[in-house]
Amino acid sequence: MEGNLNLTLKIWRQKNAQTAGKFETYQVSGISTDMSFLEMIDVLNNRLIQEGDDPVAFDHDCREGICGMCSMYINGRPHGPNRGVTTCQLHMRSFKDGETITVEPWRASAFPVIKDLVVNRSAFDRIIAAGGFISVNTGNAQDANNLPINKDDADDAFAAAACIGCGACVAACKNASAMLFTSAKISQLALLPQGQIEAATRAQAMVAQMDEEGFGACSNTGACEAECPKGISIENIARMNREYFSATFSSK
Amino acid sequence: MTKIDSKIPDGNLAEKWTKFKSSVSLVNPSNKRNLEIIVIGSGLAGASAAASLAELGYKVKVFCFQDSPRRAHSIAAQGGINASKNYQNDGDSVYRLFYDTIKGGDYRAREANVHRLAEVSGSIIDQCVAQGVPFAREYGGLLSNRSFGGTQVQRTFYAAGQTGQQLLLGAYSALQRQVGMGNVKLYTRHEMQDVVTIDGKARGIIARDSVSGALERHFGHAVLLCTGGYGNVFYLSTNAMGSNVTAAWKAHKKGAFFANPCYTQIHPTCIPVSGDHQSKLTLMSESLRNDGRIWVPKKENDTRKANEIPEDERDYYLERRYPAFGNLVPRDIASRAAKERCDAGFGVGTSKMAVYLDYAAAIIRYGKGEANKHNMYSPTDEEIQSMGKTVVKEKYGNLFDMYKQITGEDPYEIPMRIYPAVHYTMGGLWVDYNLMTTIPGLYALGEANFSDHGANRLGASALMQGLADGYFVIPYTIGAYLASEIRTPAMSTDSEDFASAEKAVRDRLETLMNIKGSKPVDYFHKRLGKIMWDECGMARSEEGLKTSIKEIQALQKEFWSDVKIPGDINNLNPELEKAGRVADFLELGELMCIDALDRNESCGGHFRMEYQTEDGEALRDDDKYAYVAAWEYEKQSSFKLHKEELKYENIKIAQRSYK
Repeated sequence: MEGNLNLTLKIWRQKNAQTAGKFETYQVSGISTDMSFLEMIDVLNNRLIQEGDDPVAFDHDCREGICGMCSMYINGRPHGPNRGVTTCQLHMRSFKDGETITVEPWRASAFPVIKDLVVNRSAFDRIIAAGGFISVNTGNAQDANNLPINKDDADDAFAAAACIGCGACVAACKNASAMLFTSAKISQLALLPQGQIEAATRAQAMVAQMDEEGFGACSNTGACEAECPKGISIENIARMNREYFSATFSSK
Repeated sequence: MTKIDSKIPDGNLAEKWTKFKSSVSLVNPSNKRNLEIIVIGSGLAGASAAASLAELGYKVKVFCFQDSPRRAHSIAAQGGINASKNYQNDGDSVYRLFYDTIKGGDYRAREANVHRLAEVSGSIIDQCVAQGVPFAREYGGLLSNRSFGGTQVQRTFYAAGQTGQQLLLGAYSALQRQVGMGNVKLYTRHEMQDVVTIDGKARGIIARDSVSGALERHFGHAVLLCTGGYGNVFYLSTNAMGSNVTAAWKAHKKGAFFANPCYTQIHPTCIPVSGDHQSKLTLMSESLRNDGRIWVPKKENDTRKANEIPEDERDYYLERRYPAFGNLVPRDIASRAAKERCDAGFGVGTSKMAVYLDYAAAIIRYGKGEANKHNMYSPTDEEIQSMGKTVVKEKYGNLFDMYKQITGEDPYEIPMRIYPAVHYTMGGLWVDYNLMTTIPGLYALGEANFSDHGANRLGASALMQGLADGYFVIPYTIGAYLASEIRTPAMSTDSEDFASAEKAVRDRLETLMNIKGSKPVDYFHKRLGKIMWDECGMARSEEGLKTSIKEIQALQKEFWSDVKIPGDINNLNPELEKAGRVADFLELGELMCIDALDRNESCGGHFRMEYQTEDGEALRDDDKYAYVAAWEYEKQSSFKLHKEELKYENIKIAQRSYK
């Protein structure tokens, strides 16, 4: 045995979107504190395969905290107990021997469960498609340094652009609101001069799409910011609201 | 024998691309509307190509295996993107970027392609800024640059340690804009299973919907593979878990030649392996070598902690061996030097397979700089430390956080432990100047092709190449083929060709499911990875390669008789997806060893123990091996070598020296 943690896992199992799910309990032992949470699930899955059971389906890809694909709701918190990390960067040294850990998928009607811990987050792609861009076809650009940008604005735009689109903000919100995600993109582009021309239409189109997808209204509790693995600031929501209202008042 | 024609335009090197662009066939807008293009993969190459081609008016379909195009592994690139803007006034030029790339690639890349890459590099930065990519800036509002390995100018543009993320999100935004306009149809959670050829031309694909398990047929006048590299053949690598060779390998088995498969990049600065459970390795950006100093103890088997080893008992071996480039030597050289020290018994950490990357000196240097800026004439050590750490945090904060998260150690206080890991594959599908493979109508872009990095890629050049191919090369070169396809109407996928391709895919999936053996897919993948890392990794030998070819063949047989895949075909089944990918890696691994065995020289990332200089540097054999090895698939375990001679007309080929 490689490590010394013995854990009880209560994991949400659901065959597909059509069938009801339920928690199943598993014991894992000999877990190393150096393992990531997903590597611990790998250990469980390889055992389930050996035993002839269906392994737990979960989304994951880069395993270095940047792709935004992993999405586990651990002990009642998106991406688990630590601040500022995704599930793939959560290590087992954050848990105690003998602990019971509950693992669920993101819960939001706009993120339907596909299987076990895997949910469908394509609503986010549609919000971006509605306006999360600057309309510049390839080949149209001027020399990059012809447009100096205030460093503080560029840094703020970068901080908003660091969103990884994982959906933890939605999972954390009691209203399953996508305001933090949507506002991060609106803010990034609103802070930059390149984004000004389409600012009004962008805010309106993205908010309309967000509503259409079935995300709830902002709860103003700040859970999204607290649970965001990339520290996206709730100030972005205030900025989005300003953009949205000024667009609404000035719309023709 | 198929003749390989690289289709490099005539004329002076610096004029080839300009001339090509002004003379290549065009497709008029009304015809573009009727031409369908399939793009596999949504990383930098795929997203930029799909967006740009849709902007031109082509009908585009994009496929990715992840749940969103934004997940593609380009997102994880950290350090930066090169461009020969010469904003720093430090002597950069298109020619210098071209020269550095050819030299960095150890004289095994194609001159014309690399020159074109250098020519379009500046436009990439312009395009990205116009899209709203928030690159790092100076206080005057202009773009900031930093240094990278293998160069002596500052030409790397960056966004903290998340450059790949920002560039990909820019391309993804452009792609989603076209999706919203109805010009691109997106197929997420879809994995390409095979390419469909009709009368020798690529005409579509068979894809599997991962959620329903259904097989789908899709027609395209052209198919673009933008599917990244195959580093996961080593099991442990810095690639994402899902990164795979399947699309490229399926194309290879349908007739596309595979070039230089043995050229793999082992990145010098990764977090060392911590145990058997390890599922992937994490890179610490090469940009850290800008300011960090790499060292090991001078004393063998030194068990003291890093901070207890006095300055004069530390061996800064890169600065010692390569004074001109120091810690910024190219990746292949830095990796081999780390391996050499560890093998000789000077490694650090519990495994002794690691070296230190130390920021103590940089923190003091930056701290003193800040003190000067703020007119503090006698700052205390604490003040220097604190100000220095703030600067380092601004430059590399996310990387330091990541290190701490994974290892539980604070790199602001004690040196990081690093060791080389598989990172990038220079080899890939053979393509001509137009990026077309040996199958007409089938293209390969980005890391999936072989063309620009020779035997070793320089840092910050992968992002450049992916976006060059997608934004600025394929929109032009694809016209050369599609102009002759305007009379081909969209084909029905009910044809026999599509039906038989789908059946072959279905049969293979069913065969895999029906093995019902005793071991999970990971078991075979780990074993393959160990063979590849030990014998086809940083150091290779004739004997080792010959043995590993036999071992891999045996492992293939074992896999196909003993793999155990749970679940069923008509449902989300990650193990079945993995099994398909590992089956392809098992065949690719064999070809990599065959290629490494054929190349009786050392060059770049390919280091054969038998061929080294007296001081342990790679020893090339330009008379015999200045060629691209393009392998044709004949049958299981049988590949035929075709050689594309590399002609250096503009650069004098020389022994690489960074001393």
